[in-house]
Amino acid sequence: MNFETIVGLEVHVELKTDTKIFSPAPAHFGAEPNMNIHVTDLAYPGTLPTLNKRAVEFGMKASMALNCDVAREMNFDRKHYFYPDNPKAYQISQDDRPVGSNGWIEIEVEGKKKKIRIERVHLEEDAGKLTHSDNGYSLVDLNRQGTPLIEIVTEADIRSPEEAYAFLEKLKAIIQYTGVSDVRMEEGSLRCDANISLRPYGQEEFGTKTELKNLNSFNFVRRGIANEVERQEKVLLSGGEIVQETRRYDETTGQTVLMRIKGSANDYRFINDPDLSEIHIDQEWIDRVRAEIPELPDARKARYVQELDLPEYDAHVLTLTKEMSDFFDATVTAGADAKLASNWLMGEVSAYLNAEQKELHDTALTPEGLASMVKLISDGTISSKIAKKVFKELIENGGNAADIVKAKGLVQISDEGTLRTIVSDILNANEQSIEDFKNGKDRAVGFLVGQVMKATKGQANPPLVNKILLEEINKR
Amino acid sequence: MTLMKKTATELQTLLHNREVSVKEVTEDSFKQIKALDDKVQAFLTLTEEDALARAEQLDNEPLENRGSLFGLPIGIKDNIITKGITTTCASKMLENFVPVYDAAVVEKVHEAGMISVGKLNMDEFAMGSTTERSAFQTTHNPWKLDRVPGGSSGGSAAAVAAGEVLFSLGTDTGGSVRQPAAFCGIVGMKPTYGRISRYGLVAFASSLDQIGPLTRTVEDNAMLLSAIAGVDHRDSSSSSKEIPNLIAGLTGDIKGLRIAVPKEYMGEGVAQDVKESVQAALTVLESLGATWDEVSLPHSHYASPTYYAIATAEASSNLARFDGIRYGYHPENAKNLNEIYLRARAEGFGTEVKKRILYGTYALSADHHEDLYVKAMKVRTLIAQDFASVFENYDIIVGPTSATTAYEIGGVVRDSLTLYTNDILTVPVNLAGIPAISIPCGFSDGLPIGLQMIGKHFDEATLYRVAHAFEQATEHHKRTPSIGEGQE
Amino acid sequence: MNKFTEEDVRYFANFARIAISDQDAAQFSELISELVGFGDVLNEVDTEGVKPMTHPLQLYNVLRVDVPQDVLDREEMLAGVEEHEDGMIKVPNIL
Ligand SMILES: [Mg+2]
Ligand SMILES: [Zn+2]
Repeated sequence: MNFETIVGLEVHVELKTDTKIFSPAPAHFGAEPNMNIHVTDLAYPGTLPTLNKRAVEFGMKASMALNCDVAREMNFDRKHYFYPDNPKAYQISQDDRPVGSNGWIEIEVEGKKKKIRIERVHLEEDAGKLTHSDNGYSLVDLNRQGTPLIEIVTEADIRSPEEAYAFLEKLKAIIQYTGVSDVRMEEGSLRCDANISLRPYGQEEFGTKTELKNLNSFNFVRRGIANEVERQEKVLLSGGEIVQETRRYDETTGQTVLMRIKGSANDYRFINDPDLSEIHIDQEWIDRVRAEIPELPDARKARYVQELDLPEYDAHVLTLTKEMSDFFDATVTAGADAKLASNWLMGEVSAYLNAEQKELHDTALTPEGLASMVKLISDGTISSKIAKKVFKELIENGGNAADIVKAKGLVQISDEGTLRTIVSDILNANEQSIEDFKNGKDRAVGFLVGQVMKATKGQANPPLVNKILLEEINKR
Repeated sequence: MTLMKKTATELQTLLHNREVSVKEVTEDSFKQIKALDDKVQAFLTLTEEDALARAEQLDNEPLENRGSLFGLPIGIKDNIITKGITTTCASKMLENFVPVYDAAVVEKVHEAGMISVGKLNMDEFAMGSTTERSAFQTTHNPWKLDRVPGGSSGGSAAAVAAGEVLFSLGTDTGGSVRQPAAFCGIVGMKPTYGRISRYGLVAFASSLDQIGPLTRTVEDNAMLLSAIAGVDHRDSSSSSKEIPNLIAGLTGDIKGLRIAVPKEYMGEGVAQDVKESVQAALTVLESLGATWDEVSLPHSHYASPTYYAIATAEASSNLARFDGIRYGYHPENAKNLNEIYLRARAEGFGTEVKKRILYGTYALSADHHEDLYVKAMKVRTLIAQDFASVFENYDIIVGPTSATTAYEIGGVVRDSLTLYTNDILTVPVNLAGIPAISIPCGFSDGLPIGLQMIGKHFDEATLYRVAHAFEQATEHHKRTPSIGEGQE
Repeated sequence: MNKFTEEDVRYFANFARIAISDQDAAQFSELISELVGFGDVLNEVDTEGVKPMTHPLQLYNVLRVDVPQDVLDREEMLAGVEEHEDGMIKVPNIL
């Protein structure tokens, strides 16, 4: 029997506000334990939550960017459960009136475009952090308690691990463009759980699903889902039944492991939080927030293809992060040829960033610097070989390509007379290679070009050398 | 005679004329407490050293910097957070809890130059109406020591009535300021929801709780409310509505006042002596130029079950934070986290509190959320609408504060449902979020009877104006319990 | 007949994390049955089309500006905590 994979994702994204969602304590990653806390975060008796306006606007902004309807009236609800990282024994969240609903984002897998629907986007508070020690104790750090989150819940529209990967990549790009989050999985500002089930092709109803947690990178999401699909398939094919349970992806074994069976349904006893006012969102507020959303990846991609004639692939890669895309735009604005700029950003620049584990803003490269170099390549002032030297200087120490070329004497020799003299000298010294060429050995030309480049320390204009070389050989 | 039987204005004159010092006023309060509180048992914690040190400091303050409450002693109900001073909610759960901050109202009484003398007994977590449900002691009614002072702000009412302090703060979730004020023969105000910041009030039922002043006179009460009212950015439910000058309105003039008397408030359950006192009070108000009609608040009979569903639901949520981990009662030798939770809450909370948490948990559970909790919130809407339609034609609503005078301590007549039924007179006010005041309107068998006046949203000014006019036209407020006599 | 059985007491006490002895179960079953019966009276009220009242005051958009303030001193916080280690609150594992 063949099974269809059904996946829905629940993604938590930490919002990049200065303070927590319900208290004025700082909300920053990486402080010493329990240094960023307010009496409210500790659930101290008598304390009350106060709602951070920016968190609400970030929630609106993310919802809009994810094509959701933004709530006109909403409130916050308490969701009850006891746990040491949850000091009030309730989490303030949104139950029946989330800030965003009925959204979608478009993904592309193997050339096929597809919309993944988003059921809801709701605002809530993060829990504290528990560190488990092996002597039977856990340590509670409440710095993260109250950090604003949006939870993004998709419909069960995802049909493969690759689609899940593409969804997350796109989601990350969109959220990052809006500026509401750093969306860094390694710092926990993006966290993903997957609900996975199988059903025989053609069957309408969904099978029993399992929930997969501890997916700490996009790759682990892809592998974790693939492994869980494999596991469920085996169970079903051997006549077994899927049990509704929570599983964990083990990165070292690549397997999913049982965490807990979902017992009798949790009863979270939702209650409208009487300590917080209702929020009414009018058109003017919506318009104001919408105006702050920059051009999003899909729009940029379309612009790159239509206006700049870039291939789809380039447009996709360049728009994966806002920083890269902004950099590309600025480079083109500074006068660089779009395709050449794209080649450099996708090639040398990305390779450098990967090798050095850096991001663009950590380097000395500026869009103006890159554009100055691309212009010198375009007008033939430098060869791409020399450009690599110039690039190294630009990305490490900054500056302008023309200055570097001048200072290091890297200008390309494109003067025909000069080159013809050098070519003649080389031919005189290599009679055998002329002979070989005339006997049909094409690679002899390569050898001769190499000799010219060597003689000019790589500064000769390669197409011109080729042309002159052939002319001079034919004269002999 | 003790200074604690004077009014704020009288004391202010003495202070201004340098006839007494702030320190002497403070010392007098502690002298009274020491003489009387063995019997009354109103205070859980006294802060004599701090209070006297502060009094000495305040005595240096120039006269022109002093407001109308400057240098006057106040007691604070023990569910209001006081920095560095044990705040127990009269519960074993918080027996040793020493807070790190002050409640908004505590900041305000300090700003007004008042001197906090200690923390007052109450029913555990404000759940009760007799103050017998304190985990630590039973407060006695100063008028008859074998009677309860009412509750849950029983300590707050008894301390003022006995003449231990001039002022106290109580809290009112379903009548907890007004009913003890009635039982103890003093003035108790439950202001409009949102009038006073709840920041630092240990929450019982967040959508009903409101802090309120208890005093012997209406003017004193209006002064204290003026000092503690106002918007607070730390409490999103506090209102920025302007506070009128409450003292300027105390003219004695209530001509043309339109009074509504709900027939539901004067029904069978109300004792004859109480009814007669209320009727006499209406006659007094008529003589001052007011008119009154009988009206109906048809959903009153549903107020009590509505209140219990909502108050316990919110309480089950608010009291979930007491888990024995970050503060409060921590059980010895618990083997694991779950055992800490289970035992902290089983051993730290009393029976009434646990009962309400359990019923509230039931009310919010998936199976009952809609038919009990949401249903109650809908009935709440109807109860609020009842008031709104009466207020279209009337300025205030008048009735008894309590169906009877103070009960006997440990009395057996009161099964819990009888107590709940008594709530009909007080809880609709909390459900609607409107203000109400209780003032003495008579005595029966040596026990005070309270007259309740209910006003429109944010119209405390009218309540004070009418209460003051009534007070000035009668002698009830001049009677004090004999327990306070002879303390020279 | 109790409307709120001893089993109900234990079921809801588990959500509320309150340990219940046999004696407690019997007592609360009785006490809460009274309340449940009392609550049933609400069914008499016609609430068709009535909006639930969640707040006594209808305030909208009470919001705070995103500026840090009033950070709690860690040592002050830990002073009231039963057990702590490295600035963190120490709790035993769940089971
Ligand atoms: Mg809701
Ligand atoms: Zn969530």
